[in-house]
This record gives sequence, structure tokens and C-alpha cells, in this order.
Amino acid sequence: MDTIQSIEKQQQRKDIPNFGPGDTVRVHVKVVEGNRERIQVFEGTVLKRQGSGIRETFTVRRISYGVAVERTFPVHSPRIDRIEVIRKGKVRRAKLFYLRNRVGKAARIKNA
Amino acid sequence: MSKAILGIKKGMTQIFDENGQVVPVTVLEAGPCVVLQKKTVETDGYNAIQVGFVKQKENRVNKPLKGLFEKAGTKPFKYIREFRVDNVDDYEVGQEIKVDQFESGDIIDVTATSKGKGFQGGIKRHGFQRGPSSHGSRYHRRPGSLGAMGPARVFKGRKLPGRTGFKKVTVQNLNVVKADPENNLLLIKGSVPGPNKSLVKVKSAVKSNV
Repeated sequence: MDTIQSIEKQQQRKDIPNFGPGDTVRVHVKVVEGNRERIQVFEGTVLKRQGSGIRETFTVRRISYGVAVERTFPVHSPRIDRIEVIRKGKVRRAKLFYLRNRVGKAARIKNA
Repeated sequence: MSKAILGIKKGMTQIFDENGQVVPVTVLEAGPCVVLQKKTVETDGYNAIQVGFVKQKENRVNKPLKGLFEKAGTKPFKYIREFRVDNVDDYEVGQEIKVDQFESGDIIDVTATSKGKGFQGGIKRHGFQRGPSSHGSRYHRRPGSLGAMGPARVFKGRKLPGRTGFKKVTVQNLNVVKADPENNLLLIKGSVPGPNKSLVKVKSAVKSNV
């Protein structure tokens, strides 16, 4: 096998569920505070997945206290404890940037 | 003792370190190199070991080199390079230099031939300033003045547009992220000059404070 691929394969995670843009996910992130580690949950809509292999990342958008927050995680990051798929969304494009211009009812995504 | 090895650049990727941070790495297939000859001050005027790397078909080797390989008692190699060493007696002819001498955290210098860019202007080649884009300047990416009127000629070595890249480049103080002796792989943090599949020389850093 290709050398680069075999190196990437060593760190790729197999426990990542199948999810895509439009899905609502709950990402359990390991956060280090001082010398204590705890798990923080970030829940929102997946805007996009990009890249491939070990470089693949996904972006989650949520509205928290009226402010939109987008966080991008590497899919295979060891800092991610687990990813829960809460809802499958039905969308017609791969990148949901149009959600940034919408608020409230208009920003809804149909259930798959 | 300074460490040195030859490698083939395989490409770049990224790995996660123990904190989960992404580290960009260049992957080298490094070694095993075989010592072909020992050069000493008495015989050659300097101390060095000559090493071979990447096996070569026997019919691809010319007669003078064949003699060299026969003398060392090794198979023919594609690349022959020298490493300056303080003490030649640390090495034996026929000895294999492997990647296991390196460990993560080592600071190294990497030498390779950079990618050729063809004929390029002064801005890309030497980092010249460019002219204003707009306001009717009509002077965008030209090299500017070539010198004073006094000598009535252009001095040698004047930086001008021309063939860029494909030169020996050394990048100092790179970090070894991981050495994998099983697969002869060396993972270096950051980028390394040259295209994939090219020969790369790795040495202990000259200027490191460690």
C-alpha cells in the first residue's frame, strides 16, 4: 500500500458514524481545563464535510444565545469522544452555506 | 555523535500528536544506507563516510562504479553520497545506517534539490517589491533600477529574473516527529524542499541549542 495512506490509516477512526450535511449531530469534545479533562457537548447542524482521509473535517453550526457559532472539527481527531447523530436532514447540496443568511423558521431543514 | 541518513521524499500528510493537535509532517523513506568507503585525513584530506542508497540493477552501473561496489562487497546503489564525520572508526565498510538512530524530538537539517520553477521574474525569484497596481503607474512587476549611472555598466551578480528553483536548499532546525525503523520511515514536522520521490539528505542540526 502507499506509504502515506498506511500512515494515515493508523490514526483513522472506525467508530465515527455516518453523517453528512444537514444532519443534526451532538459532538462530545474532550476539553482540558487545568489538569482535568472533561467532555463538552456541541450540538448543531452539519454545514459541510470537506477533505478526505485523515484530513477530513466537518463544520457544525449552532445558535447559542442568539449568536451563531460554527465549529470545525477534524473527523478523526482523538479529541472527539464520540459523535451522535440526532436527526437526518434532507438537503439538496453538499455545502449548506445558505443557512448563514437565514434565521428562525427559514433555517429549518426537512427530516430525511 | 552526529547522525545522518539519506531518504526519499514520499509526500506530506498530517498526524495527531498526543494532545490531539494536528501536526503537518513530511514522510521520508530513509535508509538503510550502506557504508561504501571511509575517507580519512591521511588518504583524502578530510574525514567522511561514503554511503550508498536505493538498490540498482547491475547492468545500470558503469565500470568505475562497479569497482567501487566490488571493493566494498555490496550490491550496486543508485545514489552515492558522503557524510562528513568526526571519527571514521565509528563505521565499518558494509555497515548499514538505519533510521533507528533518530528518535522523536531530534532536531535536524534537511538538504534537497528544490522544485524547478522555470524562468521567473524578480518578485518571485528574489522577493523584489512590486510597482503600484493602479493610479496609472504602468509599472507593475518590473525589476527597477539596475544600479547607478556611475560605473556605466551592470555589476556581476545583479539580481534579475531568470531560472528559479532546482537548487540545493538546506532547511535548518526541523523536528523529527517519529522514526519508524520497521518500515524505514522518518516523519519530519513541516515541509522539505523538492518534489516527491526525490533524494533528501538528513543530518543532525548544525545550529541547534539542544
